[in-house]
Amino acid sequence: MSNELEFLSRSVAAGKLSRRDFLGRAAALGVAATFANSLLASAAKAEGPVKGGILRAGMQGGAATDSLDPASWSSQVPYFFGRQWAEQLVQISADGEPKPALAEEWGASDDAKTWTFKIRKGVQFHNGQEMTPADVVATMERHSDEKAKSGALGLMGGIASVKADGQNVVFTLKDANADLPFLLDDYHLMIQPNGGKDKPDAGIGTGPYKITVNEAGVRLGGEKFANYWRDDRGFADQIEIIVINDATARTSALQGGQVDIINRVEPKIVELIKRVPGVVIQNVAGRGHYVFIAHCNTAPFDNNDLRLALKYALDRDEMLQKILMGYGSVGNDTPINKAYPLFTEMEQRKYDPDKAAFHYKKSGHSGSVLLRTSDVAFPGAVDAAQLYQQSAAKAGITLEVKREPGDGYWSEVWNKQPFSASYWGGRPTQDQMYSTAYYSKADWNDTRFFRDDFDKMLFAARSELDKDKRKKIYADMGQIVRDEGGVITPMFNDFIDATSAKVGGWVPDGNQEMMGGYALSKCWLNA
Amino acid sequence: MANPILKLIAQRIALGLLLLLAVSVLIFAGTQILPGDVAQSILGQSATPQALANLRQELGLNDPAYIRYFRWLGGVLTGDLGTALSSRQDIAHAIGGRLWNTLFLAFWAAIVSIPLAIILGLLAVRYRNGWIDKTISGLALASTSLPEFFVGYLLVYFFAVKWQIFPGISTVYDGMPFLERMKAIALPATALTLVVLAHMMRMTRAAILNVMQSAYIETAELKGLSPFEIIRKHAFPNAIAPIINVVMLNLAFLIVGVVVIEVIFVYPGMGQYLVDHVAKRDVPVVQAVGLIFAAVYIGLNIIADIAAIIANPRLRHPK
Repeated sequence: MSNELEFLSRSVAAGKLSRRDFLGRAAALGVAATFANSLLASAAKAEGPVKGGILRAGMQGGAATDSLDPASWSSQVPYFFGRQWAEQLVQISADGEPKPALAEEWGASDDAKTWTFKIRKGVQFHNGQEMTPADVVATMERHSDEKAKSGALGLMGGIASVKADGQNVVFTLKDANADLPFLLDDYHLMIQPNGGKDKPDAGIGTGPYKITVNEAGVRLGGEKFANYWRDDRGFADQIEIIVINDATARTSALQGGQVDIINRVEPKIVELIKRVPGVVIQNVAGRGHYVFIAHCNTAPFDNNDLRLALKYALDRDEMLQKILMGYGSVGNDTPINKAYPLFTEMEQRKYDPDKAAFHYKKSGHSGSVLLRTSDVAFPGAVDAAQLYQQSAAKAGITLEVKREPGDGYWSEVWNKQPFSASYWGGRPTQDQMYSTAYYSKADWNDTRFFRDDFDKMLFAARSELDKDKRKKIYADMGQIVRDEGGVITPMFNDFIDATSAKVGGWVPDGNQEMMGGYALSKCWLNA
Repeated sequence: MANPILKLIAQRIALGLLLLLAVSVLIFAGTQILPGDVAQSILGQSATPQALANLRQELGLNDPAYIRYFRWLGGVLTGDLGTALSSRQDIAHAIGGRLWNTLFLAFWAAIVSIPLAIILGLLAVRYRNGWIDKTISGLALASTSLPEFFVGYLLVYFFAVKWQIFPGISTVYDGMPFLERMKAIALPATALTLVVLAHMMRMTRAAILNVMQSAYIETAELKGLSPFEIIRKHAFPNAIAPIINVVMLNLAFLIVGVVVIEVIFVYPGMGQYLVDHVAKRDVPVVQAVGLIFAAVYIGLNIIADIAAIIANPRLRHPK
């Protein structure tokens, strides 16, 4: 490592240089971004964790209605808090690989239908009980039970049975699935004593922090669990999450030193915040993306030429710059980007008014096209729709933009109206993303994309244990969605968090915001 | 009933209760026409039809509206506000803490703002049309004209970010030491004070000035009383009814109208609690909070009425 690089990476670790600036400097020295990133991670580790203190996060996405029952989680704060006090069998690492957590190791039968997970011994719940394979089985049973109303019910649908066998738990699947370990990382599938059947919201898990404060929508807190089983996380003595839904208040809390980490820094103020001394912007490319969705089975969108016209009429670069201020990457009319395993690059679709006009004319459509949008569809969705309107106008396509109220948008507009703005948080694997929203029978097939051949490819890829073959199938599926699907993807958004310069141990993790959700467990406070 | 005051007061209270009943019908009807569906909102974007149907069944959303109204009213009358749909917590218990927080903030804002407003009003009258009067009125008007969120952000910018004297977020919790709690609410209480001050001050000034035109004030002046004595002994007591009215209105605002301030300062009060539950379509909570707000509003207005009645000597000493 050159001296200069070493100096730079140490500066980042000490909080003197932002990660972005470092990558810029490293690129100037001719270092590839991936290598620079790993340098950064090792510099952060070399610096060494500091134990003790209270690490505090100020977060958007909490409400008085939140519960500690993992089955009910659907917003940021309960999910993030859950990451600190409970654990799954498998956890996906920052580089996107499933890593052992409460399961020590696992293996699949040749047909990928039977999976055996060896459950870790000697792990304690916060109530002192030892975690057993029976608890794992009970957890899976509870989330499979329709009465539990679990957000993971859809995932559990593919599992025929879960049985304990000594220290192992055996999953038998209805259909082959090479991605089962990824599915078990799902944040709902937190292992609870007796699966949480006795008291789902008891808040007892095996995580590094034990719950001490639970004021939903206000303040959540935990203290280090003395008998925690591993030593690569849980450095602070106490953690605290303060729910700060107002963006300005969140920023000022970080500046004022009342919290050490905040989530969701708005792209338009990132440049301003960067100038504040003692504050570090942490942004990472994720799998979340913004979409305009057209129903492939509803006129006029049942015409692929019209869909193609709409795809060519979108100026992705402009939107990325104006809506996300460049904190993201352009989409290619699929839900998949390079953050996914087994990704294959495709030709990037560009803004092309001529092609848009050509396909528009070919579609035979006349009159305006109604696009519904709302403030809640994604941050900046109303502005984005207006940009879209302007770029489409240059191709001779009239978009009529209708702004819908945020209240009830998800129940009345999204997945109901034929053309609307929305977002997807992304999934750990291509299989999950496609199964969730592009499979014919999926509940959230929000583009009404019904293709038998596509479904068959999805199943074939799922049961294929050979990586190269899988990759090829996914490439073909991506091509179909890009050229014939109803999804118009302007961009993938970065996760933008910010920390105070005192926070150590931050590594980019694109699985979710806040370091994949592990910020409070894996970071520490430098004295 | 012999005493006309008692009769009037009893009438007011009865009227208030009737009004509250009418409001309860309105609140219930209002929550029924909110767009969207409770079950859908609880489960969010990721709800499956099966999970929706299960939840709807369990929440009793399939019964007719009037049955749900009487079931709800019966519960309220027996002190049972029901269970929150979204978090399954007892509403009365959850609201208790939030209401206490709201009252705590309102109390300290009132303790500062009401005497301050009245004293400033009296000073403005004493030195009316002079520079003191103009300065007081000008500053008070300026603070009222600024939207409350802007006042809030200004306070945060200077006191929390720049000088770091007070915390910018006012999270309070049970078992927090009293002094820390006071420190936490310093900024929101100041913001609220600035918002309500001008209204009360200007009304005090106007009400007293109005009385100052009366013949008996002239008499008092001719007797040789000092200007402050005149205001204290003769003008203020006769202007008390409108002042109490405006004070009560502002007190009600401090309790029911502080949603914006609560959001900006992240203060865990009733407003924030209500907003969270409206967003989740948690109807029982919205109804309960709406009813409490209505009760506070009606109650304070009754107190204002009664105080005005008592302050009226013609009613206090009937012929």
